[in-house]
Amino acid sequence: MSQHFDDASLQSRPTDVIRRMSNKGLILGGIGALVTAMGYFTQNETFFQSYLIGYMYWMYITLGCLGLLMVQHLSGGAWGLVSRRVFEAAVRTLPVMAVLFLPIALNATHLYEWARPEALADKMIQTKAAYLNLKFFYFRAALYFVIWIALGFTLAGWSAKQDVDAAVIPGPEDRKFRMVSGPGLGLYILSITFMSVDWMMSLDPHWTSTIFGVLFIGGAGLSALAFNVVVLSSLAETKPMSELVTKDRFHDLGKLMYAFVMLWAYFSVSQLIIVWSGNLPEEIPFYLRRFSGPWGWVSVAVLIGHFAIPFAFLLSQRIKRHRKLAARVALFILAMRAVEIAWMIAPMVRHEGHNGPNVFDFAAVLAIGVVWLPMFFSNLGARAVVPVHDPYLKEALSHDAH
Amino acid sequence: MSHAVEVPQTYGLMAEFDSAQTLLDAAHAVQRAGYTKTDAFSPMPIHGLAEALGFEEHLIPKIVLTGGILGLIAGYGLEYWSSVIAFPLNIGGRPYHSIVAFIPPAYETTILLSALSCFGSLLFLCGFPEPYHPVFNHPRFSLATADKFFLVIEANDPKFSPDTTKTFLGGLGAKEVVSVNE
Repeated sequence: MSQHFDDASLQSRPTDVIRRMSNKGLILGGIGALVTAMGYFTQNETFFQSYLIGYMYWMYITLGCLGLLMVQHLSGGAWGLVSRRVFEAAVRTLPVMAVLFLPIALNATHLYEWARPEALADKMIQTKAAYLNLKFFYFRAALYFVIWIALGFTLAGWSAKQDVDAAVIPGPEDRKFRMVSGPGLGLYILSITFMSVDWMMSLDPHWTSTIFGVLFIGGAGLSALAFNVVVLSSLAETKPMSELVTKDRFHDLGKLMYAFVMLWAYFSVSQLIIVWSGNLPEEIPFYLRRFSGPWGWVSVAVLIGHFAIPFAFLLSQRIKRHRKLAARVALFILAMRAVEIAWMIAPMVRHEGHNGPNVFDFAAVLAIGVVWLPMFFSNLGARAVVPVHDPYLKEALSHDAH
Repeated sequence: MSHAVEVPQTYGLMAEFDSAQTLLDAAHAVQRAGYTKTDAFSPMPIHGLAEALGFEEHLIPKIVLTGGILGLIAGYGLEYWSSVIAFPLNIGGRPYHSIVAFIPPAYETTILLSALSCFGSLLFLCGFPEPYHPVFNHPRFSLATADKFFLVIEANDPKFSPDTTKTFLGGLGAKEVVSVNE
């Protein structure tokens, strides 16, 4: 029952679907951008906190896509081949994300307690000053972007060149992808661990958690997979993706999404158990702040919405294999990601006064999306939706029974 | 001196194939032809073969889910009973009913009972233990664990007829079609 795919049909681009998705993103993002603009004038205290939440939301997706791009080059498999162009399009937004980091960098003294000169009076911050100082912070941020952009654009660039070049057989010709992805994943994990410490954990310079970096990676993988399922579900409305992204592929991606829901929960609970059992004065405030007051209900929402509901729905094989139902679960996960990221970031910086969740946190998520999504969709539309000359493509797709 | 001679009943027709693909194609053809009492044997798992034969199994997921939920309740219940009711111990001033600390063991018992119910129900629903099966009457059947692929249409299939079924199977690329006794 294997199907025959010729070059021309694989090369055809679903421009209409991509434009429709892009427009939806623009409308939603435009509303968010308006609210965020309002927030800029009315919310002096918390505006950049909201901005950081919105920025990190899209950074989770972008970096998750970078990680999965390297993973699928190493692991192979049809799920990776149909997702590769989505991952690449997301990774190619990194230069814009670097520009969008500037407001955070320039307002670091607003956001980060340790960046203020008076913070050095605190003995604990003083001992950390060798690492937590603005110059080194800027240098590291620049280094992270250099690493990510170099990795992402090398892989995406080679992949684009593969489309133009004649088809190759599996072997040394495409070995370079794996030669970059292997060491690249090592660099990726290190850079993300440091980045999550710098940009998020250091918001509360007294608090430390050694699992924070991998917790970020688990969340990033989940964000990226859910986003990928939503995009593929729309792309699969028309040819050629309707024949490539079959029920089996949604099943694969659904299982991966399920695994990442579990992974995120596993890391989160590990951190909770260790901090809760230790009950140390410098660690436990993280949870005391989140388990009481305005964040108490958000914690319950995260537990149910970010874990229990996706867990229950993704148990079902029927939902995982159903293009539209899988996309709905993925959209729900994407919405809950915003809640989880706000829950993670905001309580670290909002100690007194207006310390609860804020409508501008979620408006900022949409507002950054108004920049990120059109970039993503124009990247996606600029190339064939699958790597047409990948030496494993035909073999991977021929196993599909319709 | 007269024995009642037992006439051996026919179990079914067994077709032997050389490759996984021919077996898979034959399985599709057999299902399309309307046969329902069929089975296939292969040295390795073949993706899509069970579906090709119209095999559907909906019971195992339900059993596993039930096992998991029971495991969760049993594990958490054991913890609650032992540290709150039967033997309350003050450990570092923490509450007797420490939800956070109860998570890992309850999680483990959930996994344990789901895994055991999965394995157990699979064996049970497959009919184990089954000390005798007619397919072993086929002289070459042991090759199903080496490099040959077999497809069976049972004699009690409503569409079964010794001659037409045999020609039908022969037309599907089978190397040999053998009638096997009960």
